[in-house]
Amino acid sequence: MIRLSAITRVFHMGGQEVRALNSISIDIASGEYVSIMGPSGSGKSTLLNVIGLLDRSDSGHYELDGTDVTDLSENERARVRREKIGFVFQSFHLVPRLTAAENIALPLILEGLAPAERKSRVDAALDAFDLRDRAHHRPAELSGGQRQRVAIARATILRPTALLADEPTGNLDHRIGAEVMALLEGLHHAGTTLIVVTHDRELGARAHRHIAMRDGEIVADEK
Amino acid sequence: MNLRDTLILSFTTVASYRTRSLLIVLAMALGVAAVVVLTALGDGARRYVVGQFSSLGTNLVIVLPGRAETTGGFPGAALGQTPRDLTLEDARFVGQLPQVRRYAPLNVGVAELTAGGRLREVTVLGSTAELLPIRSMKLAQGSFLAHGSERSAQIVLGSQLAREFFPDGKVIGQRIRLGDSRFLVSGVLAVQGESMGFNSDEITIIPIAYAQELFNTESLFRILVEARSRNAIEPAKAAITHVLKLRHDGEEDVTVITQDAVLETFDRILRALTLGVAGIAAISLAVAGILVMNVMLVAVAQRTSEIGLLKAIGATAADIRRLFFAEALWLSLAGGAIGFALGHFGAWMIRLAYPLLPAWPPTWASVAGVATALLTGILASLLPAARAAKLDPVLALSGK
Ligand SMILES: Nc1ncnc2c1ncn2[C@@H]1O[C@H](COP(=O)(O)OP(=O)(O)OP(=O)(O)O)[C@@H](O)[C@H]1O
Ligand SMILES: [Mg+2]
Repeated sequence: MIRLSAITRVFHMGGQEVRALNSISIDIASGEYVSIMGPSGSGKSTLLNVIGLLDRSDSGHYELDGTDVTDLSENERARVRREKIGFVFQSFHLVPRLTAAENIALPLILEGLAPAERKSRVDAALDAFDLRDRAHHRPAELSGGQRQRVAIARATILRPTALLADEPTGNLDHRIGAEVMALLEGLHHAGTTLIVVTHDRELGARAHRHIAMRDGEIVADEK
Repeated sequence: MNLRDTLILSFTTVASYRTRSLLIVLAMALGVAAVVVLTALGDGARRYVVGQFSSLGTNLVIVLPGRAETTGGFPGAALGQTPRDLTLEDARFVGQLPQVRRYAPLNVGVAELTAGGRLREVTVLGSTAELLPIRSMKLAQGSFLAHGSERSAQIVLGSQLAREFFPDGKVIGQRIRLGDSRFLVSGVLAVQGESMGFNSDEITIIPIAYAQELFNTESLFRILVEARSRNAIEPAKAAITHVLKLRHDGEEDVTVITQDAVLETFDRILRALTLGVAGIAAISLAVAGILVMNVMLVAVAQRTSEIGLLKAIGATAADIRRLFFAEALWLSLAGGAIGFALGHFGAWMIRLAYPLLPAWPPTWASVAGVATALLTGILASLLPAARAAKLDPVLALSGK
């Protein structure tokens, strides 16, 4: 359950004020599948970052799963991100030195899980995302679709309640993008809240709820 | 993130940036090796000098003619006046002092040694039986000058001379000619090697009276005195100065040196030198530390988006800080260990090349070298690690 009330995020750029988010209020229930669309610079990524506790709002309130997370300390925000949020990025953001399996294991390491427990969870994830034979490859040796699958496996390895994807298919061709979307939708079917930022109308239309943004405001919110 | 995973993860990172890591480790290792090798050299030199002095004998007080002017100059070169001779009689008076255990008058010169068709110029020491214990020399065969033997024509040969002149090994009781006089070989010194630039394997020792005759002199070159104990050294020095002043009509025209004072001065100077050299080498480590800091700052800049990612998946600021900290720890640990090994290898090479120099790295220097490496590495990582931990995740993810 995500509840934003009058969230405002202002950036200062050379003396100029940019209201990336202008008094945004939305409720997103657990298990919803939401797409966020809008022109470039309308505040989609900023909204996702605030929801994912990567960014702070300048004013307003944010309640996540019944607790007020507006004023959490940096450490508490890190813990909430680790436990409740999964991020998927357009540019994958895999650690180039680590293998697919090691990248997937990163959140488990941060969480402090024992190696044996880590291994069984990573093995399960490798199977679930059809990466078994790529487990020991580094990102440079993987295709774009495989990289994004590794990123999704990593984002979901700790079973987050919300999966936030910022243009997850932006760097993939159409067919592979559709496959990745199908994967994400599968996770949604398993109960995860799925919020996808996209420029692709067709992909955006697959969500059950469509939010349109412009100049830091929500201009449409349809189910 | 627990300690073990932090160490493993940071090790993978260090290992995968191979060239960069090698350079840092090399810089660190050279610094540590420099500390180890240079202190080994310095301390080796100190031990060498101290050893040389100690081999002269213990509680040794040396009396030489002439006044060592406080304004500089050296014994015997006092302005204008010729110093009064130091005589056997003087030596006998010194020997009577209660602070003195034993004494040996000494004359030194060069003469031709001939036996069995062989001829060679040798250094001749004229002295008494007491020379042996005072200089802590040892005999290989036979006996030393007999007590009260100033008038019997005995000669003691250095081991090298004994071998040269009597290759068949039958030395004791043989006749040998020194200058114009004949001597009977009574003993052979044990092999001692070089000491204070003076090879005692190639000297001969004869009774002082013969030496004075041979060199046609009444005056002594030195009086070697052994004080009763370490504590008696200073009183002995004062008493000797006093008695000789009385005997020389109130003129203080002799110089009394104690080897302890000389030794202590050398010891102090060489210790200071070793410390100074270690300090200079440690500075090279500090330079390595600055290198580490620079490289780590570049690493933070290069890995900005990775740091952002780690934060996005829930790493705390402390996690990030510890990761960079651990990277520096690995690098300086490797540098310290390799430098330690390299330094000890270098010291070993020096000992091989100069067997006389006991170039053992002092333990304190090895420990200090490695500790300085660790400390500089860790200090150098503090700033980069703090900078990485402070990065804003959103900006970091976008690579800014
Ligand atoms: N760190 C920042 N500093 C200054 N301005 C920023 C910063 N981040 C975002 N903005 C501004 O805030 C506004 C919203 O940015 P945001 O990245 O959320 O847009 P977006 O909808 O995701 O755009 P795009 O579709 O191009 O990704 C933009 O005008 C942008 O320039
Ligand atoms: Mg965006």
